[in-house]
Amino acid sequence: MSLIFKLASRNLFQDKLRFIATIIGIVFSIVLVSVQLGLFLGFQRMVTTMIDHTPADLWIVSLGTKCFEDPSLLDKSDATKALAVPGVTAAVPLLIGFTEWSVPNNGSTPVFVVGTSPNGLYPWHIVQGDLNNLSDARGVAVDQSYFGRLGVNAVGETTTIRDHKVEVKAITKGIRSFTTTPYIFAPLDSAQDYVGVPHNDISYLLVRLAPGTNVAAVRRALMKKLDKVEVLTQAEFRDRSRTFWLFGTGAGAALFGGALLGAIVGTIIIAQTLYSSTKDHLTEFATLRAIGSSSLYIHKVIVSQALLSAVIGFGIAGLIDYTIVRMTTDSALPIVMTPLLMIGLFALTVVMCVSSSASAIVQVMRIDPARVFRQ
Amino acid sequence: MIAPVIEAVDVVKRLGRGAGQVQALRGVTLNLAPGELTLLMGPSGSGKTTLLSILGCMLRPTSGTVSVCGETTRRAGHGKLARLRRDHVGFVFQSYHLFPTLSALDNVRLALDVRGEQGEPAIARARDMLETVGLSHRKNAFPHAMSGGEQQRVAIARAIVGNPSVILADEPTGALDTENGRAVMSVLANIARDPSRGVLVVTHDPRVMPFANRIIYIEDGRIIGEEAGRAGLAAAE
Repeated sequence: MSLIFKLASRNLFQDKLRFIATIIGIVFSIVLVSVQLGLFLGFQRMVTTMIDHTPADLWIVSLGTKCFEDPSLLDKSDATKALAVPGVTAAVPLLIGFTEWSVPNNGSTPVFVVGTSPNGLYPWHIVQGDLNNLSDARGVAVDQSYFGRLGVNAVGETTTIRDHKVEVKAITKGIRSFTTTPYIFAPLDSAQDYVGVPHNDISYLLVRLAPGTNVAAVRRALMKKLDKVEVLTQAEFRDRSRTFWLFGTGAGAALFGGALLGAIVGTIIIAQTLYSSTKDHLTEFATLRAIGSSSLYIHKVIVSQALLSAVIGFGIAGLIDYTIVRMTTDSALPIVMTPLLMIGLFALTVVMCVSSSASAIVQVMRIDPARVFRQ
Repeated sequence: MIAPVIEAVDVVKRLGRGAGQVQALRGVTLNLAPGELTLLMGPSGSGKTTLLSILGCMLRPTSGTVSVCGETTRRAGHGKLARLRRDHVGFVFQSYHLFPTLSALDNVRLALDVRGEQGEPAIARARDMLETVGLSHRKNAFPHAMSGGEQQRVAIARAIVGNPSVILADEPTGALDTENGRAVMSVLANIARDPSRGVLVVTHDPRVMPFANRIIYIEDGRIIGEEAGRAGLAAAE
């Protein structure tokens, strides 16, 4: 083992109470930062989950649509016009909207209806029932996580939406809404009735293109042919939705603010403990200077101490993060950890710890080596 | 004539500023010859430690010149002073200043580590130095488990492991009983027999006088006298 590392580790472990305080500071800070960023990632995924599962090359949306949940409407006849554009093989209507679901024997609850059409957005992760039965005009698909809210818990159970009788034909797992309002999948015509819009009103047109089609050219042609619409690629609509929910609402700024606060608190805690540890070992550092060690050598000792704290703190924080991720997997807003986020967090931990050592380094560099004669 | 390992000419050192300024050294001139153990004796506040700090390249003189192994400390920055200490000077302190979290062997190794000497050769050399001071059997002991005399001998091993030309010892027997003090001085006297190395011991302990080749007296920041020590006289006879 390198003597620098040995000296750093023994300095660190010598005062066990201070060592524990340092590690708690790092762990607290990293868990706070990772939870905030994990929530950010989770939120980012949740707000585009419908877009991500929609088979479309282009989305035709009302002019100024901000996100998937935007209530703006299009005319269904736009589908016919879109199909007339060369390269377009399908223009599938999709309707979304809020309505009230009658909870059997318990009043009603708001739901978010997704009106599906063949080859359009269909529910995924079916755990009970058959997706084919969803074409039945009364059929709906619900997610099992909302059984309690909806008052149903099996295929075949019935209730009403705006006095229209519905029957659960399929049950999904994990299709949760970040707004906590349950998603209900229903055939398009029925969905229009549930939401209370005329049958020629839809929310989106999902455009499919023939293989090899020039997307930009089709897009231009669609824009020319249709009034008061925008034509977006899947990625553009995803970005627009994310930007709206994360930054238009301030949710993202709040999560980033929390993460930044965690990093600052962590840096201060580590800086304080490193500073006090260095202060306790000033005579030893003065001895090192007296026997001729270079500044770099002393920096290495202090930075090694900081890095060791970083590795131990990150290891423990990682275990806690793993537990939190497992615990929130099925929640309305799961905390998501990606390998890239973990690498970033480790880099942040290292940066935090190393920058924290600056105050200790400055302190040591000010030591008069001649103090060893006075003690 | 043998070149001195340290040469100080008309060294003046003022400490502090303004009304609180103190002139700690008032024109000190001295040479430290290799192969000799020199004692620097004087009462408290006489400037011994300040002179030792200047000769050991920890402080720069206000005026006058100091050369260590032919290299002057004039206009030397912190980096050059550190290099001069690393390359030419070994220190022994009254309070030993061993690293409490390191074993005796690692404490000695440290002086090589700061010179960039690592690995098995460094360990072997540190082990040899512990043997030189009679502590090879205590190489794995930590300072808290060693007596004062043993700790001081480890400190001496650390001072000499880098093969410096100058050993500067500040009250090396100050915290030791007679027996341990004698053992430590014997080790230093043996080191001083090396014709390439000079040893300067700052002390006010008269028990160490028999080990000296030369004794220099300092008072109020001035050298007030010099005489041959008993070891010096014996050598002359």
